[in-house]
Formats: sequence, C-alpha cells, structure tokens
Amino acid sequence: MTSHAKPDPAPPPDLRLELVSDPVYLCGVRELVVHTARRLGYTEKDASQIALAVDEALVNVIRHGYDRCCDGRIWLSISPQRSTGGEVEALHIVIEDEARQVDPCQIKGRSLDEIRPGGLGVHIIRQVMDEVCYSKREGCGMKLAMKKKRVVSGEPVPTGDCGPRHE
Amino acid sequence: MNDRTPLKVTTSDHDGARVLHPQGEIGYQEAPEFRTFVRAAFDAKPRAVVVDLGGVAYMGTPGVATLVEGLQISKRVGIPLVVAAMNDRVRAIFEIARLHTVFKIAASVDEAVKP
Repeated sequence: MTSHAKPDPAPPPDLRLELVSDPVYLCGVRELVVHTARRLGYTEKDASQIALAVDEALVNVIRHGYDRCCDGRIWLSISPQRSTGGEVEALHIVIEDEARQVDPCQIKGRSLDEIRPGGLGVHIIRQVMDEVCYSKREGCGMKLAMKKKRVVSGEPVPTGDCGPRHE
Repeated sequence: MNDRTPLKVTTSDHDGARVLHPQGEIGYQEAPEFRTFVRAAFDAKPRAVVVDLGGVAYMGTPGVATLVEGLQISKRVGIPLVVAAMNDRVRAIFEIARLHTVFKIAASVDEAVKP
C-alpha cells in the first residue's frame, strides 16, 4: 500500500473529506451526507438513501478493502451538478481509497433470492444511486463514482438561511 | 452499552414475548451489539421475539443482516420473530433488499405481541 497517494486532482469537489477506515466515523459521515443532500434540495427519502449508499460503500472499503484495519485512508468527495439557473440537478459522490485493488467487474451484488446475512451492500448502492462506477485508481486503491439525480417535487429548493456564501 | 456507539437497546416482556427496543442507529459499528441482544432474546426461550424498530433512526445492511440471522435462529428453534413499528427509512432498506416479504412485520408492538 502506498501511503502518499492522493485523490484524483480535478475537478475539485465542493466538499472533500478525508478519514481513516475506522467505523467510529461512519455515523458522522452519514450525518454529513444526509444534511448536505437535504440542503441541496433532495427529498428526505432521497437524502436518507444517498447517505445509506455512502455508508454501505464505506463499510465495503473498511471490511473488504482494508480487511477491517482502522488506519487506511479514505477520501469522500461531493459535488453538486447545477443547471445554468443554479438549480441542483444531481449529486456526484466519489469515494477513493488505497486499499487492495479488485477487478471492477467482480464487484457485484449477490442474488436476492437467497435469504442470508451479508452481501447486500453493493445491491443497495446500485438500487439507490442512478449511476455507479467502480474503477482502479492509478497506482493503488479503488475509486467508486456515484451519481444521484435530484427529483424536483414542486417544492422550493431550501436555500439562503446559512448566510452568504463566500466565493 | 458502548458509549462510542449511537445505539441503546432495552428489553421488555409482554405475556411471554420478549421485545427488543433498539434506540438510535444500527450500522456497521453498532450491529455487533445489536446481534448480542437478538441472540440473547432467543436464548431466553420466549413465546416470540419482537424487535421494535420504532426508535431506529437508521439501519444499514449490517443491521438487516443481524435480523436475517435472527430469522434463521427463529426457524431453527421454532420461536417466531416479528419486526414492528418500522419507519419509512427502515422500511425502505427492507424493500430494496426485498426482505419485506420474508419477515413477519407488525404495525405496532401491541399488534406484534398478540398471542
């Protein structure tokens, strides 16, 4: 494992979080993602499901990528895709690590016909997100790029009560 | 309870049924603790085991896997397992995993503990 690999440099995301592969941080990441998605105008259901997908992806990195070692590095990047009018159309989420590389074609959810514990994470991610792409990072580790479109429910996108945004 | 995890589990008994009341979140970190309570509930040999999910704000697949494991124990020992009071968030993951047709689901704990 290379300890100085960096996440893909471009384009810079709106939000980038670096954490170690310790499950103690999963709860905080879920909170961050669900609140961010809500603020970007996602429905309660969609925001919860985006956080679920991120949580499942991080758990997979911790369990299978790092074999439950708590000192691996993980990067989470979040970037909203906006229309020309500034409305959030989709959310791009990227999770990168320095863990063991696997053939992306081998990352599959198990059949749901079999009722047994475990193996549901990838299936959940693919069900919840609109686009899911696993790839090997250059050098070491894996990259998971996900996209979730925002469904406009007719309600106004919540904006404005966090004060001005300093560009 | 481990203070580092956002989960608290209490138990109660209703006419021979053991009811678990998890409060908080059941993700990867919390699932082992939850599993301990589920197994202990069956070990007590009640008439039924009920998991009251009304206080669960978040459940990931490790939590679901624990319930599936409970279902396997249930079939092996012949003690019914009922999940009750699911909120929309928890129900969503059951539906995505197509497990809502596998579990016996009750709208409330009162309904679940009826003999």
